[in-house]
Amino acid sequence: MTPKRRSVTRRRVTDIVVKVVAWVGATVGITALALILYVVVRRGIGAINWSFFTQTPPTPGGSGGGLGPAIVGTLVITCVAALMGIPLGFFAAIYLAEFGRDGRVATAIRLVANVMMGVPSIVVGVFAYGLLVMSQHHYSGLAGAAALAFIMLPVMARTAEDMLNLVPNELRESALALGAPRWKATLGVVCRAAKAGLLTGGILAVVRVGGETAPLLFTALSSQYWMGGLKGYFGGPTPNLTKTIFDLSQQPYSHLVQLAWGGALLIIVAVLGVNVVTRLLFQRGKEW
Amino acid sequence: MNAPGVPAGPPGAMKVLRRIRHRRYADPAFRAFTTACGMVVALLMAAMFAVLIIDSWPSIKKFGVGFLWSKAWDTTAGHYGAVTALYGTFYTTVIAMVLAVPLALVIALLLVELAPPWLSRIVGTAIELLAAVPSIVFGLWGFLVLVPIMSNHVEPWIQSTFLGKLWLFQGPPMGLGFLTAGLVLALMVLPFITAVARDVLRMVPQVVKEAGYGMGSTTWEVTRKVSLRYGLSGIVGAFFLGLGRALGETMAVAFLIGQTYDMQKSLFGTGNTITSTLANTFAEATDSLQRSALIELGLVLFVITGVFQLLAHLWLRRARRRMGGRA
Repeated sequence: MTPKRRSVTRRRVTDIVVKVVAWVGATVGITALALILYVVVRRGIGAINWSFFTQTPPTPGGSGGGLGPAIVGTLVITCVAALMGIPLGFFAAIYLAEFGRDGRVATAIRLVANVMMGVPSIVVGVFAYGLLVMSQHHYSGLAGAAALAFIMLPVMARTAEDMLNLVPNELRESALALGAPRWKATLGVVCRAAKAGLLTGGILAVVRVGGETAPLLFTALSSQYWMGGLKGYFGGPTPNLTKTIFDLSQQPYSHLVQLAWGGALLIIVAVLGVNVVTRLLFQRGKEW
Repeated sequence: MNAPGVPAGPPGAMKVLRRIRHRRYADPAFRAFTTACGMVVALLMAAMFAVLIIDSWPSIKKFGVGFLWSKAWDTTAGHYGAVTALYGTFYTTVIAMVLAVPLALVIALLLVELAPPWLSRIVGTAIELLAAVPSIVFGLWGFLVLVPIMSNHVEPWIQSTFLGKLWLFQGPPMGLGFLTAGLVLALMVLPFITAVARDVLRMVPQVVKEAGYGMGSTTWEVTRKVSLRYGLSGIVGAFFLGLGRALGETMAVAFLIGQTYDMQKSLFGTGNTITSTLANTFAEATDSLQRSALIELGLVLFVITGVFQLLAHLWLRRARRRMGGRA
C-alpha cells in the first residue's frame, strides 16, 4: 500500500526519538505542574494558623490577621449556588434521560447545555451583573451565587444524565411492572441505582465551581469584614476567598502576599482533598 | 361474592382506584416539572444572550460594527474598540495551544502506550486532579514566581542569543506580557487536553492496534497511522475544548498580561485580552458608556466561544457520519 519504502533503521530511529520525546515531554509537563503545587505549599504553609481562619485581614503593613470572613463567605456563596444549581440540573437530567431521550426538544437542550459548558465563566459574571446587580443597584453575594449556579447547572445536568443512562432499562421496566408510578420508579429505583455516580458528579461540580474567581469579580465583589448574618451576604459586597487572593497578591506588603499564598493553599487542599475523598468513597474516577 | 382469581375485595379495589387516580395527576406533574427544569437550561442561555445585547446596546448604538476593528480604548475621550483585546486574546491563545497540544498528545501517548500500567494510573490520576486546580492558583504562581524568573533570567537570556535580533523577542524583558501569560495558559489547559486525549487513545480497540503491530509497525507508526486516525474526531474535540478554555480563561491572563491597550508584536510585549480587561476594569468602571463597551466585549467573547463550540459539534458529527457511525 505504501509506495514509499523507508529503511528499517530510519523507522526504528524515528520510533526511539518519539519515545524519548514522549518521556522528556511528559516529565517536563508533570514536573512543572508538580512544582506549582510545591511552591504553593511551601509559601502558603507559613500563613496557616488559628487566626488565619478566625480573623479579618490586617491593615496594610499590619501583622497577624487572617481570611476568616473570606473563607466563610466562599462557603456560603458556594452552598447557596449549589442549592440553586444542583436540584435544577438534577431534574433537567431526569427529563433528558427519562422523558426527552432522543426527541427533538431534548436534543436541542442537550446541545444548549454543551454550549453552555463552554461559555467562559467571566461572561457568566457579566450576565449575572446585568441581570441582578444592575437591577438591584448593588453588588451582592446572591448575584455571585447565581453566577456560580449557572456554571454548575449544565455540568450537573450532563453528568447526571450520563449516570442515569448507565442504569439498565430492565430496572425501569420491572419497577413499572410492579405498578410503581413513573415518578416513584425514577426517583426510588433509577436514581437509587445511580446514586454513587450522581453524588460524585454533584460534589465534583460544586467543588470545581467553588474555586472560581472570574464570575465573582463584579457580582459578589469582595469585602474585608464579617457579614452580619445571611442578610449581609445578600445585601452587599461579600467577602470571598478567590477575589481576596487576587487583591492581596497585588499588595506591596509581604505579609499580605503571604496571606494570599495561604488562601491559595487552602483552596488547593480543599479542592484536591474533596476530589480524592470522593473518588475513594465511590470508586468512580472516570467522570473527569 | 368475589370472582375466583380476584383476591382484592372492595376496600382493596378502592385503594387501587385511588392509586390510579393519584397516578393520573402525579405522573404528568412529575413529567411537566422535569421538562420545565430542562427548559430552564435553554431559557437561561437565551436570557444570557438577551441581557448581553440589551446591556451593551448603548455601546453598539454609538460605535456600530466599527467597534470590532477600532483600536481605541480611551476612557477620558469615551472611545472604545475591541481590536486590541481580540488581538491579545488570540495571541495568548495561540501561544498556549502551540505549547500545550503537542505536549498533551505526547503525554497521552506515554500514558496509553509506553508507560507501565502502574505509572500510567498514578500519572493519569495526578493529571485529572491537576485539571481541577482553580485558575487563581495558576495566576498567583505565574505572577509571583514565574514573572521574576522570566524577567531576570529567561527573557534576557533569549535576547542574548541570536534569537534576540528577531522582532518576536524585542522590547524590555519585564516578565509580564504575552509569552508569560501564554505559558501559564498552556500549563492550565495541559491537564485538560491530556485527559481527553488519553481517553480517546484508550478507546482505540486493542485488535486494531495489534493488527498494526502484526504488520511490523513500530509504536510510533501504530500511534500515528492507527490510533490518531481512529480517534481523530475525539482529538479534535479535545483541541476545541482546550481552545475554548484558553480563549475564556480569565485569572491567569488578568495577572500576567500587563493590561496595556495596544498591539505589540513582540512575545515580550504587553497587551490586554477580553477577559483581562473585564477582570481588571469592570468593577472600577463608573462611566455607563465604558461599562456598556465592556459588556459588549463580553458579548463578543460569548459569540466567539459559542461559534467555536458549534463548529466543534458540527465537525464531530460530520466526522462521526463519515466514519460510519463509529466513535
